[in-house]
Formats: sequence, C-alpha cells, structure tokens
Amino acid sequence: MYRYDEFDHEFVQARVAQFGDQVERRLAGEITEDQFRPLRLMNGVYLQLHAYMLRIAIPYGTLHPRQLRMLAHIARTYDKGYGHFTTRQNIQFHWPALSDVPAILADLATVEMHAIQTSGNCIRNVTADHFAGAAADEVADPRPYAEILRQWSSVHPEFSYLPRKFKIAVTGAERDRAAIKTHDIGLHLKKNDEGELGFAVYVGGGLGRTPMVAKKIRDFLPQEHLLSYVTAILRVYNLHGRRDNKFKARIKILVHETGTEELASWVEAEWQALKDGELKLPEQDVSAIRSYFAPPALTARPEGDEAVRVARLDSRSFGEWLGQNVTTHRNPDYAAVTISLKSIGETPGDISDSQMEAIADLAERYAFDEVRVTHEQNLVLPHVARADLKAVYDGLVEIGLATANAGLISDIIACPGLDYCALANARSIPVAQQIARRFSSLERQRDIGELKLKISGCINACGHHHVGHIGILGVEKKGAELYQITLGGSADENTTVGEIIGRGFGPDEIVDAVEALVETYLAIRSDHSERFLDVYRRVGPAPFKEVLYGAEAKAA
Amino acid sequence: MKLLTANRLSDGEAVWYADGQWVETIAEALIAHDKGSQEALESIGNQALADNLVVDVNLIDIEIVDGSIHPIRLRERIRAAGPTIRNDLGKQARIQQAA
Repeated sequence: MYRYDEFDHEFVQARVAQFGDQVERRLAGEITEDQFRPLRLMNGVYLQLHAYMLRIAIPYGTLHPRQLRMLAHIARTYDKGYGHFTTRQNIQFHWPALSDVPAILADLATVEMHAIQTSGNCIRNVTADHFAGAAADEVADPRPYAEILRQWSSVHPEFSYLPRKFKIAVTGAERDRAAIKTHDIGLHLKKNDEGELGFAVYVGGGLGRTPMVAKKIRDFLPQEHLLSYVTAILRVYNLHGRRDNKFKARIKILVHETGTEELASWVEAEWQALKDGELKLPEQDVSAIRSYFAPPALTARPEGDEAVRVARLDSRSFGEWLGQNVTTHRNPDYAAVTISLKSIGETPGDISDSQMEAIADLAERYAFDEVRVTHEQNLVLPHVARADLKAVYDGLVEIGLATANAGLISDIIACPGLDYCALANARSIPVAQQIARRFSSLERQRDIGELKLKISGCINACGHHHVGHIGILGVEKKGAELYQITLGGSADENTTVGEIIGRGFGPDEIVDAVEALVETYLAIRSDHSERFLDVYRRVGPAPFKEVLYGAEAKAA
Repeated sequence: MKLLTANRLSDGEAVWYADGQWVETIAEALIAHDKGSQEALESIGNQALADNLVVDVNLIDIEIVDGSIHPIRLRERIRAAGPTIRNDLGKQARIQQAA
C-alpha cells in the first residue's frame, strides 16, 4: 500500500501543528465560533448532538493493521471504545473532546493518517472498489489512480472552495462495487481495443435532496490524461456551478440544467487547453505509484480446496459463511473475505476497539497486512489463502463478527441518524436493528437472496436510501418520526434511483411494511434466481403498493 | 415553556442553563415560563456564546410530564439522554451508574 514520502510527512505534520494552534486559540477565546467553524470542518471536526465528531480519512478504504491498531487506541484513549465506518470508507468517532483533537491528529500522523478534507466544500476522500487488487473480474487495480487523485486534490488551491463538496469514485471492473454513478465524478478503469488503460468518465451523479445518476461524458480517456481531464471538469464546475443556492450547488444540478452534451463540450474545450501541459501523467510516475499497490507475493496454497472441503463437513455455519461472505479471488488458491459489521441487532458499521485489534491480528497473520473498508460499512480481508479460511472464520467467531449475511437483507447501510447527527430528522439505527431482528434467521435471509436495504435519517442521504433495492428515508412530521419507502434503487453498473412507493410509516409500522414487501416479492418471483430488484424491474410498483396500501392503492 | 441549551465549547457536552451556570443534566435546567424570562435566557445564551463558554445555543420547547421536564422534540430528548440504541452512552449511562 501507499507509504508517505518526506513531503507527505511534512505536510501532515504541519497541518497537525497548524490546527493544534487554532484549537488552542479557540479554547482561549481568541477566535470566535464563526471564525473557527470552517477551520474545524477542514480538519474533519463536526459538532453533533452529544459531542464533537471527528471523521478520519481512509484513502480508497485501504488500511494497514498498524493503522487499525491506532484507530483502536484512539477509540480507547480519547473516545468511548468504538468507531463507526461510513459510506465514504472513512471512520468517525462520536465523542472526542475538542481539546483532545490535536493529540488525536498527532497520533494519527504517526501512522500516516489524517482528517483533512473529510468535510467542507472540497474534494473528499476518493473511494474505490473494496476488492481492488483482489477481484477476479478486475482489469487493473483502481487504487493507484485514486492515490494520484488524492495527492493532486489535497489542499489544491483552486479547488478548496468549490460551490459544494465533491466526491470521486474509481472502479477497475465491469461490475461496479464502488457506486461510481452516484458520484460527482465516477471513473471506470478499462482497456481499449489496443489493450491500453483508460477511463470511462461519468459526471453529475449524487444522492441527497435531488438524486441523479451520473452521465457518461467520455467513453475512453487515456490514463495519462486523468488529471488534466478531471481538472477540466472541476474548472467548469468551479466557474459555472451555482453558489446562490446551497441545494442547487452540486455539479449534478449543473449537468442537469446545462445538458450532458453541452457540459461535455465545455469540459472538452477546457481540456484541449490543458491536456498536453504539466498535468499529463508521465508513465514513470504512474508506475512509481502503481508499485506501492503491487499485489502481495501469493505463494501457491493448493491445499485450500481440501481444507475447505473438510472444514465444511465439520461445521455447517462455516459453510454458510463461506457461501455468503467469501468472494472469488484472482488467484484460485485465495479468496477475499467480507467481515460483516452487521451482526443481528448491532449498529451497522460500528466496531469496538478490541474488535479492531483482533482484525489487525488476523490481517497480519493471514491477510498480508491489508484491511479494506467498504462503502457498505463492512470490512474486507482482500487476500486470504483458502487454506486459512477456517482459521480466519474461527477468529471472527471469537469476536462476534462472523455473521454470514453479506449482501442479504440484514446487511443494511444506515447513517448514524438522530441518535447522533445534528442534521438528522429521524433515527436510522433502531430501524436497521429491528429489521435485522425480524429477519434474523439466516435461512430465511438466504431464501430471500440479495437484497440491498439502505436507511437515511434525513434527505442528505448519507445512508444511500435512494439506491437501495428497498430504501427508507426518515423524516419528521408533526413532531414524530415517519419513514418513507422507495423501491427499485440500485448502486451498481445499472444504477437507478428508487421510486417513492406511497405515504410513510411510523416507527412501529415500518418493519411490518418491509416484511410485507419481502413476502410479496417471494410470492411473485419466478424462481430463486430472480432477485427482489429483478422482480421490481419486471412487475413495477403495483403489487407492492397493493400490499402496503390495499384498496387505497387501487383507488389511486 | 422553554429552556436554554447548548454544547460546551471544550468537549461538546450537551448542557442546559440553570441559575447562573451551565449544567450537564436537563432536570436541573431553569425553565422560562413567560416571554420576559425567555428573552432573558436568550440574552444569557448570546453572552455565553460571545464569552466562548458554549456553542450552538438554542431555546427549546418543553412541557412538564409527571413532574419532569420533557422536551417536545425527539431530537432534544435524545440530547438529554443519549443515543436510544446504547443505554451505556450519554447522560443515561451516568444515571444508571449512579443507581
């Protein structure tokens, strides 16, 4: 994985010292909250309901065990013994004292981590496929390009005060696991007919108040033009993006109001002036970055098949976990393991300090020192020998993280919601917990099959509800929580925004409503291979509306 | 009826204004029953913000239920108790510990 060079170290150290000084002056009353707020946000510090919140960047979701241990140390020393992984592959702590934040950032810097650009109207953490470098269907590892974008975008003077925040995602496979079409820029790394690497470029995706699917503005951008082309997009956005209305300030609105073709022509014109200049990536620089992401030396472990066969006979639950949480690796002796942070009844994405340390141990022992954070709020060990899968499974059982539900209905994305967040209108976590409990039988979940359920506690959509096969949006109505359901969303290579199905449900009704939708799906699917989403796309909303609203739906 | 609430600058702790000080439990908060006392609380809040004692100062609506302060909005009830999904966190945890 990427290691800081001298410049990176000095840059982060300088930032820690600068923010430490700003915190000190704030606590001494030398600067006001209005002056301090933009400074703290630039350093990942929010104010929530109960305390401050610190959001720490995990570039493209890749973590070294020593970094995970440091996060455990921070959770234990400065927070309340746990952290929360987010849908931008970051982690946030919900209870730090402002006065401790400089010490936390200094600790983070010792393991090459920081909280810069995890908030504010700048380019946020660049996300990537969590199976990058391991996936069997990958053309090339997308992370070197995510790292190039990270270096280019870090305190970029031209792009530090954009109209709004700006999110970029990169994937290297046809099957999109990074939700690139829900991003301001989505990059799909691919090869052309000549075997050269480049990107299909998508612009103007996003969730929030006005969900939009990104539009393709270029079929194939040669890799050496990555920075010049992305700069051209950002320049067009910086110049033409709306600054008069916060709710219309994202690039998706500019793309929508301008039209894809027209916007693409603006980008093209800007790019023509930039493409052969200093932003053109020299091959040796790309190679140098790529070398940091060289795959580990995966020695032949042909005993894996037999080991798995024997262990499966011995343990039914291991077999279930194998079927659900283990993914094919490019090397047939190896596999990628999804560690579900969705144990039934727990908070999606939460992890305790001791669980972090135990996973760091497993990664060191069995997974070549690599851990990934997924945008679905789980962790991944990307390179595990199949012969070691049982040992990893046993290790996960010990810490309560062996739930075999990856991709199933209880593998729910949920934002922190009103239990923590100052922006939320309703709670998300209790709804996720109740749904997981209702469907706690893994046998039942497997029968239902792949079902992406996503919950947000406000219209900002941190819980990605718009792109859930079943999406739930919590709102406040007449002082009470109300949950609206959307159906048919998805965040893969065929991204769609879900449709609102009808009036909302109270906290005591929402789980029954979800169960009714699932039972309806089971009754009308043609066979087990037809997923919930497939059925919705085939039959539309009518049978689902009818089960939720009965005669009322028919009358409408 | 209203209360004055904020978060303490140094650690973000949710606090409420009592007579002459900021307290960590809503039960101790000073209740404003009329417009005049609400305006007095408002100016106390503005001054505390200017003095860099607290941030995010708000007057919130409450009612009295069974003799206890009950914020009207769920958001304020959660601030006063802690996350509803973790009784071991926030103010509610201290009450448990004390018991």
